[in-house]
Amino acid sequence: MNATSVLLSILNAGQPVAEHRPWLRAVVTSEIWNALIQGLAEGTWTLLGLWGEAGIVHLAAYEAPINPPGASRLPPLPKEGWGDFIVASLPCPDGQFPSVARLHPPAQRLERTIADLVGLRPVGAADPRPWLDHGRWPVVHPLGTVTPRTDPQPPYLFLTAEGEGLHQIPVGPVHAGIIEPGHFRFTANGEAVVRLEQRLGYVHKGIESLLIGATLERAARLIGRVSGDSTVAYALAFARAVEAATETVVPTRAHWLRALMAELERLANHCGDIGAICNDAAFALMLAHCAVLREQVLRASAACFGHRLLMDCIIPGGVVADLPTDGVKILRALVADIRRQFPPLIDLYDNTASLQDRTVNTGFVKPSLIKQFGCGGTIGRAGGRAFDARRDPGYPPYDQLEFETPVLTESDVNARIWLRIHEVEQSLALIDQILERLPSGAVRGELNRLDQPGEGMALVEGFRGDILVWLRLAADGTVARCHPRDPSWFQWPLLEAAIENNIVADFPLCNKSFNGSYSGHDL
Amino acid sequence: MALITDYLVQGSQMLLLLLLAPLLTGLIRAFKAQLLRRRGPSPLQPYRDLSKLLRKEVILADSASWLFRVAPYLIFAAIWVAASLVPTFASGLLFNWTADLIAIVALLGTARFFLALAGLDVGTSFGGIGSSREMMIASLAEPAMLMMVFTLSLLAGTTELSAVARFMLTADVGLRVSLGLALIALMMVAIAENARVPVDNPATHLELTMVHEAMVLEYSGRHLALIELAASLKLLLYLSLLGCIFAPWGMATAGDGFWAYLLGVAIYLGKLALGGLLLAVFETSIAKMRVFRVDQFMGAALMLGLLGTLLLFVSRSL
Repeated sequence: MNATSVLLSILNAGQPVAEHRPWLRAVVTSEIWNALIQGLAEGTWTLLGLWGEAGIVHLAAYEAPINPPGASRLPPLPKEGWGDFIVASLPCPDGQFPSVARLHPPAQRLERTIADLVGLRPVGAADPRPWLDHGRWPVVHPLGTVTPRTDPQPPYLFLTAEGEGLHQIPVGPVHAGIIEPGHFRFTANGEAVVRLEQRLGYVHKGIESLLIGATLERAARLIGRVSGDSTVAYALAFARAVEAATETVVPTRAHWLRALMAELERLANHCGDIGAICNDAAFALMLAHCAVLREQVLRASAACFGHRLLMDCIIPGGVVADLPTDGVKILRALVADIRRQFPPLIDLYDNTASLQDRTVNTGFVKPSLIKQFGCGGTIGRAGGRAFDARRDPGYPPYDQLEFETPVLTESDVNARIWLRIHEVEQSLALIDQILERLPSGAVRGELNRLDQPGEGMALVEGFRGDILVWLRLAADGTVARCHPRDPSWFQWPLLEAAIENNIVADFPLCNKSFNGSYSGHDL
Repeated sequence: MALITDYLVQGSQMLLLLLLAPLLTGLIRAFKAQLLRRRGPSPLQPYRDLSKLLRKEVILADSASWLFRVAPYLIFAAIWVAASLVPTFASGLLFNWTADLIAIVALLGTARFFLALAGLDVGTSFGGIGSSREMMIASLAEPAMLMMVFTLSLLAGTTELSAVARFMLTADVGLRVSLGLALIALMMVAIAENARVPVDNPATHLELTMVHEAMVLEYSGRHLALIELAASLKLLLYLSLLGCIFAPWGMATAGDGFWAYLLGVAIYLGKLALGGLLLAVFETSIAKMRVFRVDQFMGAALMLGLLGTLLLFVSRSL
């Protein structure tokens, strides 16, 4: 890391927190806080997360390097090598903090969440409405000073649009299909969408409250259930954060097995998504074939690790169980199978003109917005943002593996499908390499220093994008506070932008190409 | 005696249609499932669904008016009558002489009118979206259908279907460009009218993309059963129409006797199965089009119908 980076020098003016690893966390003054907001607004830095606890707010930010490793097709960025990751913490003794969203809109929903959960008020925020709190919890501020709810919440006011012939179409939270709940309020003129406003929070489970005081074992299980389709990525992020906090060194074989599971998860989800997007254009053939591929991955996962979705397989300190003796054989057969079946499906997608007609140029998101929101995953990379947490910050064993981070610039539904196709190919190559070079040895180790408090943070690339987990361990080895930040936080708002200038009937296609997580977002 | 027989044959044809319609829908679903490498439900599933719906309680929205309750019966009646006007296994049955192709178009238009009204009646946004899209499609599909009718009637000298079917069997029809155009136009209209891919998706759960399904979202119980049955009948009607006009071979004639009728029924069933299979293959191999592309699609059908008619004025042999 480069100690002379602007971000680090600004943060060093605050009081660094010694037990925070692996990146710098500093308690800052409101001047530094405002300087950070300024930098975020100007696009110098990217917002990674914003969360609170009683009396303090934390802001995670990232400064990108000039040439992100492995991605050569990119516009130059301010600094070489790897990026810098920091957490700035602003104490709020009077229950309020200077709003980040005032200058940097991506923070808006995060701030409204802080106000709901912790009760800290962002000063100067343009949107004071609640976000996750729909007025149906028995208490208010469950993560701050918990008080019983007394007054009913006033009705939620949706943003308005004025004009002749405009009408509203409320969709959800209960949908005609079996999908997660979320409310979408369209203002449309006939078929043309004038404005889309989302309302989420229907699957709020209070995971952050449940995590407080949980043992590491229970916390790992909880984290693995924040968003079920990314259970490996979440468990990995949590394990890495715990290991950072306790300075535990994990056996090499465990790293490789974790990467193997992460790639299997990516493979399964991308296969499912490619088919599901096409199915939303009523091209069920693609879904049928892709579902077969996904099922093959799930069965191989069950045969190798004992769980179809690989839930609870990664724990702090390593992985639960080693590959069985025939595991390598099963996975080799899986990779060969998919390599054989996948190319005809790509041809089918590419050669079906009626399908291309639906996906090309649909749901375009401006690359400037993607950059502003720090949107990761397939949506970000389909819009020119090459961020991949496997490279930057990077974690083992990806530093020893050869893979590309595919980047496209078209930023439409078609680009998002192609990006998934390229990533499937990369994941297959990665699984091949891992199976080839899997080191021997133990697969789990003991955690260090569980009797001391510590703070850890990790950023892991899930199939949806970068997952951030920040945690503080108490002296008795339980979790004092843990905040998982789903990539969807920075993707859902862009869906509102993607549907502009599209028609109402194309929304499902745009939505599926995003495939945001409701559960991971609502916590 | 002859009149009683005529009534019996006509009555059995109407009953046959009613009984066959769910099977055709189920068969197409089964074909599609096979094409998607799925096992899929049995072709008899629509019968089970209908009997389930008939036994279920009707849930009415508070804002539903009498129109909403009456519409399913009207729609069902109009489509059933329209379907029984089409010669299926035999031509020249009792009802065939009472009404012609234009009457069929009018009956279908009536059914659509009431369905669109019912979609608007409850006042939900999806019903409104469905009705407005349905009307957009219909505004082009109906003229296209009429142009197809004109092409046929110019050729056959009548709009009466039994006569058209008999005319098509005569040797002097030959290969005609205008008939080819009319066939394509009718197939395009049939796809749009029956809410099939690529115009609509009968299997979708995405409320924002629906056309037909959006209009009937609020229906339940026996109302929904009638609407589903009417939709199946309509599909059967269009396949029968295609068969009767463009593949009239093997059709019995009124008064042929029992065994001829039976043979006619067997051939008719074969035509339906083939039509269903072709539809399933077509639907599997194409994605749904953007809503605003539907008017281009229907516009093409209209132009084909128009071209077919105009060609007949240019040359009698085209």
